Amino acid sequence: MPVNMIVCCKQVPDPEAPPTVFRVTNNKMTVPPDIKPVIGQYEEFALEAALKIKDTVGGKITVLSLGNNFVRDVIKKTLAVGSDELILLEDEAFEDGDSWSTANALAMAIKKIGEYDIIFCGRQSSDWDAGQVGLGIAEILGIPAVTLARKVEITNGKAKVEQVIPDGYRSVEVTLPALITVTSELGALRYATLKGIMAAGKKQPVVWKPADIGLEPSQVGAAGRHSKLDKLFQPVKEAKCEIISGETPAEAGANLAVRLKEAKLL
Amino acid sequence: MAEYKGILVCGELADGKLASITTELLGCGRKLADSLQESLSCLLTSDAIGEASKEAIAFGADKVYTVEHPALKEYQADFHIQAVEKLVKDISPRIILMGQTFMGRDLAPRLAFRLDTSLATDCLDLSIDPETKLLIQTRPAYGGNARAVFTSELMPQMATVRSKAMSPLDRDNSRKGEVIPFKIDIDTSKVRAKIIETVKEEAVGVKLEDASVIVSGGRGLGGPEPFQTTLKELADLLHGAVGASRPPADNGWVPAALHIGLTGKIVAPDIYIAIAISGSSQHIAGCSGSKHIIAINKDPEANIFREAEFGVVGKYEEVVPAFTNKLRELLAG
Repeated sequence: MPVNMIVCCKQVPDPEAPPTVFRVTNNKMTVPPDIKPVIGQYEEFALEAALKIKDTVGGKITVLSLGNNFVRDVIKKTLAVGSDELILLEDEAFEDGDSWSTANALAMAIKKIGEYDIIFCGRQSSDWDAGQVGLGIAEILGIPAVTLARKVEITNGKAKVEQVIPDGYRSVEVTLPALITVTSELGALRYATLKGIMAAGKKQPVVWKPADIGLEPSQVGAAGRHSKLDKLFQPVKEAKCEIISGETPAEAGANLAVRLKEAKLL
Repeated sequence: MAEYKGILVCGELADGKLASITTELLGCGRKLADSLQESLSCLLTSDAIGEASKEAIAFGADKVYTVEHPALKEYQADFHIQAVEKLVKDISPRIILMGQTFMGRDLAPRLAFRLDTSLATDCLDLSIDPETKLLIQTRPAYGGNARAVFTSELMPQMATVRSKAMSPLDRDNSRKGEVIPFKIDIDTSKVRAKIIETVKEEAVGVKLEDASVIVSGGRGLGGPEPFQTTLKELADLLHGAVGASRPPADNGWVPAALHIGLTGKIVAPDIYIAIAISGSSQHIAGCSGSKHIIAINKDPEANIFREAEFGVVGKYEEVVPAFTNKLRELLAG
């Protein structure tokens, strides 16, 4: 059975960037312009989950993203690896939302898309790490949700999900349509092929504004929040690591043992 | 509008006992309840609750609501949310606390959206604003590079709390409290996500959560073998456990259950030895509660040295065996 899939992706500041480049000004995180944004790591796993299903049973993948000032060649990577369509909820009004306003706008966009069997999300975003949007979309749409998938297969019109639990995994069968959040154990996103990159270059994303999904600017982004961000700050860290040295690395290792004994750690 | 009062902790059981995260939530909840001069309740849901309700009182709860049902043996969203939603509607708590655990991560966002309220996940600190009486929620953001402080005027105010971020009270068996069996018909026909089987992949030896020493390895180890030899030898000597950062778990070098980090286990041993771990924020989130962090890494600029108390710069292949041998000698002497 060909499966209609929607994958929600977020453009975020590169979480692998060195911690020193992150600067808070006026309660907002800024990174220098030379640090290129990326697609959130968990959304990449979510996209890979969808691509695996497309490989095996066929189907269509629509990537949906919410934000402003998308860097086209970053977000178009989703097309280059094999998605069929890219829809951007792109407007100044979408900025600085919380889990609530983000999930609500995504759910409205999904209603507009109309047909879907599976919505994939990352387990949590790579900037705020809240882990709420996927489950929020499912609640708003009134569909079941399974979190922390490491494997997803389609059998008999249902999705069979291997869900990671603290000491192993469990196999969960869910009726469709359903929302599934994906964790890192699923495996990395495949590389784009040259053909894929060429094809993606020719495609243009569809851009929707708040009005296109039936929402007022006052209902989205910062204006539509349920929680108030009172303060964003950077904790002061005093680095005080005592580096133990030696003539050779091995001697340094032995010296470390002596130092730990002295410090009564052992 | 209903009057929202009191604090509700959604508790969890582990091996039939009150889970340590629940004792931590009760410790935190007790402080919040005292500053509001309101009561602290705890909900326990399981197939068999036993003595855990008395334990919850000994750790600070004024009231313990118990829901016993065969369907609640293992956490299952479709069933557990029925119990929590019903109780919340009955008692209208001002604040709901859950652990940032498998259950809390899955259940809290569903409940928050269902109740049309807000939720702060993975909180490290919670307090009450003396003027507005609102819950001040502090949580990390941007991979630990920042902290965010939230409030919300929507009721109930919800938060999940990172394990080991809060301290439990000392157990006091003389504390008085009330155990209230909460009747609810769990509609098992409502199941949309059905559990077919559960597979435990527990590692042998000392459990990470219980270990007082953890020897942890990262991407720099290059493959599974050093975990089973170099690291295990050191861990065995110190009666500790072997752990890993995310890349070794994702690459299948170690079982996923050994992954320590934001999306893995959160540990707080006395001694945490990080070997060939660069110290990404996502990893630090899982081990920053350790009393002493010791780092061995060939890159002097590695972020782990910003977190560690003692460090050696050098290749692990050369440093670690010499470290282990010297330790053995010192421990024997």
